Amino acid sequence: MTKTVLHTDNLSIGYTSKAGKTVIAKNLNLTLAEGKLIALIGANGIGKSTLLRTITGIQKPLEGNVFLNDKKTTGYEPLELAQNLSVVLTDKLPPSNLTVFELVALGRQPYTNWIGTLSENDIEKIREAINLTHINHLSDKKHYEISDGQLQNVLVARALAQDTPLIILDEPTTHLDLVHKVALFKLLKKLTHETGKCILFSTHDVDLAIQLSDEMIVMTSEKTVQNDPCTLISEGTFNTLFEDEHIFFDAEKGKFIIR
Amino acid sequence: MPNTKRNTFLFASLFIGLLLLFFINISLGSVTIPFKQVFNSLTGGEVSKQAWEYIIINYRLPKALTAILTGMGLATSGLLMQTLFRNPLAGPDVLGLSSGASLGVAFVILGAGFLPAFLSDVVLSSYGIVLASTLGSFVVLLLVLLVSQRLRDTIAILIVGLMFGSFTSAFVGILTYFSTAEQLQKFTFWSLGSLGNLSWPSIGILSVCVGLGLLMSVFSIKPLNALLLGENYARSMGMNFQKTRLVIILATSILAGSITAFVGPIAFIGIAVPHIAKLLFQTSNHVILYWSTLLLGAAIMLFCDVISQMPGGDVTLPINAITSIIGAPVVIWLLVRKRKMMN
Repeated sequence: MTKTVLHTDNLSIGYTSKAGKTVIAKNLNLTLAEGKLIALIGANGIGKSTLLRTITGIQKPLEGNVFLNDKKTTGYEPLELAQNLSVVLTDKLPPSNLTVFELVALGRQPYTNWIGTLSENDIEKIREAINLTHINHLSDKKHYEISDGQLQNVLVARALAQDTPLIILDEPTTHLDLVHKVALFKLLKKLTHETGKCILFSTHDVDLAIQLSDEMIVMTSEKTVQNDPCTLISEGTFNTLFEDEHIFFDAEKGKFIIR
Repeated sequence: MPNTKRNTFLFASLFIGLLLLFFINISLGSVTIPFKQVFNSLTGGEVSKQAWEYIIINYRLPKALTAILTGMGLATSGLLMQTLFRNPLAGPDVLGLSSGASLGVAFVILGAGFLPAFLSDVVLSSYGIVLASTLGSFVVLLLVLLVSQRLRDTIAILIVGLMFGSFTSAFVGILTYFSTAEQLQKFTFWSLGSLGNLSWPSIGILSVCVGLGLLMSVFSIKPLNALLLGENYARSMGMNFQKTRLVIILATSILAGSITAFVGPIAFIGIAVPHIAKLLFQTSNHVILYWSTLLLGAAIMLFCDVISQMPGGDVTLPINAITSIIGAPVVIWLLVRKRKMMN
């Protein structure tokens, strides 16, 4: 039995505003286990980002709880949370002169002293992260000198250097071509198996996710289900993914077909 | 790191350059005092002319120290703001901090007449002016920050800063309309900016304020580095964003506010010096940027002051004019260069 890193208990997500609560999804009971690569899929605007924001503690749950290592995420100090959960976001990086090495090194911030001095152990972890993501040849380059695909690897390396049991990536494959998408998926898969980390990522590349992830969380307006890709296919879950009569999921080929 | 050697060399040259400029600054002026005499006087040795010693202790040394404090403080506040607002064009003057400080000072100098005599004496003291000026820049910075939270657009933030600038100057204009000639003269002299005229006790207050601001900045170095990846990443790495932002805002307000109170609004040092440091050291690491901005700010301010003295001449040019003449082209050049670093 693999260890559970994060689980949600009757979680309801959404927004509270003056007009009242807007529930986006409710009764979510998800389990993220060690060594698994888990894809989160769903149509645009279905609430993938809201779910990720709630899990990472940026946003409060409407109801229910998120447990990270059996402790509520709301009970974590910022620093303690940073030592257990790292993220790769879609945010554009602000202009700076940061080199690739320095960018990855920032991942060690939750462990360094008040002025951010890197210890031998920190340097070791950074080197390890750089090796695992194959960006050795880039380490002295400025972060704006490399391609989008390379930058995505660098951001993954930064999350790795943060040395957390759980890494969450928000749409890491957007802007990448097919070759780089596949390369990134394979890298994530390798990382989960080699380091035993749990990686959760949201994506629109459903067919690639079906082939490469261990488990998938499918969000539709009706319900949210989590299972391994084969079971999801046999249950016909993917046909409910898009509410569009022209898009149809071919279970044999494992991909979407337009009629 | 491959750049260690280069950085050591740069730091060493900066430090030597700063020392050299310090002596040149003291030695030059309407009366030129030989280098050796300056050195003797500062180290407590014999000085051949009494008048020289008097000039050095009472005029040149306070002015040089004020230049150093001003340069260090304004440049550092610029660095903090550029990182906090993720905007290469941010600086105490651009974001309206200096005008906020002016408004505070205008209230005190021009508005003191409305207060009872014993109160006006209190507010017109150095402490009163520093407090009003710091408060003024703090309020403006808070307002800019509030607006920037809603806008998130870097150009819009700059325009908001400019708007606050013109709003406060309009307000100052209204205040001057209601004040006496004497008050007006006092305020006008202040607004021209001057590094001289600071008594030793005033320099003491300024040093404490600048020291406090710089100390708060040192403790912001690590979070500033995290902010290089943007607010969300910084939070995800365990940074307490609310607290960090408050410390940075307080530090910049104290720096810009206290300096503006004593020497008047000084343009372009805050925006230009951090960029020169970034170009020289080719890094965004605030551990290096902090110290290089500090040294460069002091050196450039001393240099501007040397020019404003017009060596050998009797006239002193307003320091604000010199910093603008040097600073404005630097900013334009930066915009034209506009590599990916800028956007």
